[in-house]
Amino acid sequence: MLLMECVLHLYVSTVELSLDSPLNDRKKKDAVKPSLSAPAASVASSSSKAPSKTLEELEEEESEDKFDLNISVTNPEKVGDGMNAYMAYKVSTQTSLTMFRSKTFTVRRRFSDFLGLYEKLSEKHSQNGYIVPPPPEKSILGMTKVKVGKEDPSSAEFVERRRAALERYLQRVVSHPSLLQDPDVREFLEKEELPRAVSTQALSGAGFLKMLNKATDAVSKMTIKMNEQDVWFDEKIQDVENEEQHMRKLHVMVESLVNHRKELSGNTAVFAKSVAMLGSSEDNTALSRALSQLAEVEDRIEQLHQEQASNDFFTFSELLADYIRLLGAVKGCFDQRMKAWQRWQDAENMLQKKREAEAKLLWANKPDKLQQAKDEIAEWEAKVTQYEREFERISATVRKEVIRFDKEKARDFKRQIVKYLESLLNSQQQLIKYWEAFLPEAKAIA
Amino acid sequence: KFFIVDNSDKLILENTNPRAVNVDLQTDATLQVDISDALSERDKVKFTVHTKSTLPNFKQNEFSVVRQHEEFIWLHDSFVENEEYAGYIIPPAPPKPDFDASREKLQKLGEGEGSMTKEEFTKMKQELEAEYLAIFKKTVAMHEVFLCRVAAHPVLRKDLNFHVFLEYNQDLSVRGKNKKEKLEDFFKNVVKSADGVLVAGVKDVDDFFEHEKTFLLEYHNRVKDSSAKSDRMIRSHKSAADDINRIASTHSPLSCFQTLFPVQKIEARVAADEDLKLADLLKYYLRESQAAKDLLYRRGRALVDYENANKALDKARAKNKDVLQAETTQQVCCQKFEKISESAKQELIDFKTRRVAAFRKNLVELAELELKHAKGNLQLLQSCLGVLKGDT
Repeated sequence: MLLMECVLHLYVSTVELSLDSPLNDRKKKDAVKPSLSAPAASVASSSSKAPSKTLEELEEEESEDKFDLNISVTNPEKVGDGMNAYMAYKVSTQTSLTMFRSKTFTVRRRFSDFLGLYEKLSEKHSQNGYIVPPPPEKSILGMTKVKVGKEDPSSAEFVERRRAALERYLQRVVSHPSLLQDPDVREFLEKEELPRAVSTQALSGAGFLKMLNKATDAVSKMTIKMNEQDVWFDEKIQDVENEEQHMRKLHVMVESLVNHRKELSGNTAVFAKSVAMLGSSEDNTALSRALSQLAEVEDRIEQLHQEQASNDFFTFSELLADYIRLLGAVKGCFDQRMKAWQRWQDAENMLQKKREAEAKLLWANKPDKLQQAKDEIAEWEAKVTQYEREFERISATVRKEVIRFDKEKARDFKRQIVKYLESLLNSQQQLIKYWEAFLPEAKAIA
Repeated sequence: KFFIVDNSDKLILENTNPRAVNVDLQTDATLQVDISDALSERDKVKFTVHTKSTLPNFKQNEFSVVRQHEEFIWLHDSFVENEEYAGYIIPPAPPKPDFDASREKLQKLGEGEGSMTKEEFTKMKQELEAEYLAIFKKTVAMHEVFLCRVAAHPVLRKDLNFHVFLEYNQDLSVRGKNKKEKLEDFFKNVVKSADGVLVAGVKDVDDFFEHEKTFLLEYHNRVKDSSAKSDRMIRSHKSAADDINRIASTHSPLSCFQTLFPVQKIEARVAADEDLKLADLLKYYLRESQAAKDLLYRRGRALVDYENANKALDKARAKNKDVLQAETTQQVCCQKFEKISESAKQELIDFKTRRVAAFRKNLVELAELELKHAKGNLQLLQSCLGVLKGDT
């Protein structure tokens, strides 16, 4: 069945496995079946390679990821009035991890606090090649409506969207094993009062992306030739580009779907009322009753459409938006690595220059300047070694991060799809109930 | 049921189901009419009208002719203009085949072929072709229903024009109405509706007709409203389905989307089909209730003429001038009015019976189809989930 094949192709293109890891010093073990791979039959055309020790390494790390930590963001509450008002959210944590002071605790945070957290994490970890999850976007329009006190469905929707996005953001941060160790994260979750985060302008959502895009452009303009070992990185950055493009396309289409479904829901409600009117003017009693029953069924179906629209939206549209931003962060990682490489290369060049200078001095026989030259050479030799090590370290980190990201992405989308299918299933069950109740009414028409 | 041969811009359809699609009519062995196949060319549709009859009026027992939409309209108009049929509900004319929207979409798709993958293009093309086919089936059904209604009517089935329509195997050469004639029609309708208001204002002595008048006026308006709203609902549904189709067709590394959208596609397209069932029913009864209103109008006109003739007779008697002429006129009007009233009563009772039966049939079929599809979707979803969950 075509559908089955589609399902089986699910994971093939999202899980990329690498063959050699510079940090791998474990013994080769038997290939472990990856938890997300598709059965052998459909692997043929994909680019996934045989499971390796790197994956096993990751699986062990993943089990560490399965810690006990649940975070929820709830109870948005407006604090203050007028243009100085803001929304405060309840951030509740439930955990058995010993690094926290208690097992359950709650704090109140505002949006700028979240941005502040991101800023701190990004400052510390981006340069090491970590993928720091970007926070939700700022929205002047959305917030203004809330501040002004406009109580309409669109501002309620905005607040709910933001709440859900903040929750997802935090969940992503804490599910990153390295970021979780950062004291700023702990402080964010635990501390009663946080100092007001300032200067969150530059690094919020869109600003961040803009900065990244500029950096990417600058980098791609540099004609950097990287060596063979980095073919993996070349392929990966291309994949990330393609994926981002496709997600943007999909996001637009899903938004269109959400709108049409909302429209459908509205039109169904209007139609239901019309059918009820028709039923009341019908002079055959049984038909009249059947028509008013039909109106009720259509009304209930409208409810289902509404829920479906909200589902389509929250399940896919928002998830796609999240991942488009995340892919931006991934690109940022690659840029950081590029920068590290550049630093190393620059140091190599400088070292070369210093050696040439020394040679010139020797030839020109200027012994007094020679010591200085030797010192500089030593200095730059040390720098070269340092930068090379840093580059290797960041390369390893980026690689690990990207593999982890791919896995998490596959898991995220799979989870959402399962949720979505389950909600569709529920709808179908409801539909069956409604129509089964209606059928005898229709048959009773005489 | 339908067999299609696709020849780029020609669609041939063979209908092996002789029963009318929409309306519950009694089939009579003495005269059976159906549309056995149809051919859609660039800007016209050719229907093959197939007749089986044991009546002596026809030369053969079974025969077929090819007719176009204009010839159906000619037949319908000839009924309307025939004074003899004033007392009957004239079966409403089938709507003109309209493939413009669909054709436009197909053309746009052709133009955009370069910008999408072969897979995407094929999928979209299939969807559009299915849409085209659905419209085509509908127009065939509408034309068939019209003929079946005529064939089922005890008086109209004997109409000579009808027999010519069925049997004469040459073009009927009925040119479409030209601009002047269309304008004349327009003014006739304007006068009629002004009249209609006038006539409707006169309270009828006969309780039955008074009730029918009130009922039909309200019913017609409500059906019109429901029909318009069901159209809007279906349009949104189709837009959503198009979106889904587009999403499912994108060749994306995130191929997971392709998994659930076959499911969605089924649900969306099927729901649209059933809505069409409901929408078609409403559209049909919009036209039928209009035809019933027209009957009431004609009767009302005849009543006014009768009452005027009475008044004229009284005047003539009072003046003792042209009494005989006035008497003759009065008698003619009286006869006409009574003839119409008698057949109108039966027609309106039949109309109600037909309407109730048609709604019953369609509502039952709608519910059964919805159930069938929901159950099918449920199975599909359960197996999808099984695979996804079992994959961990």
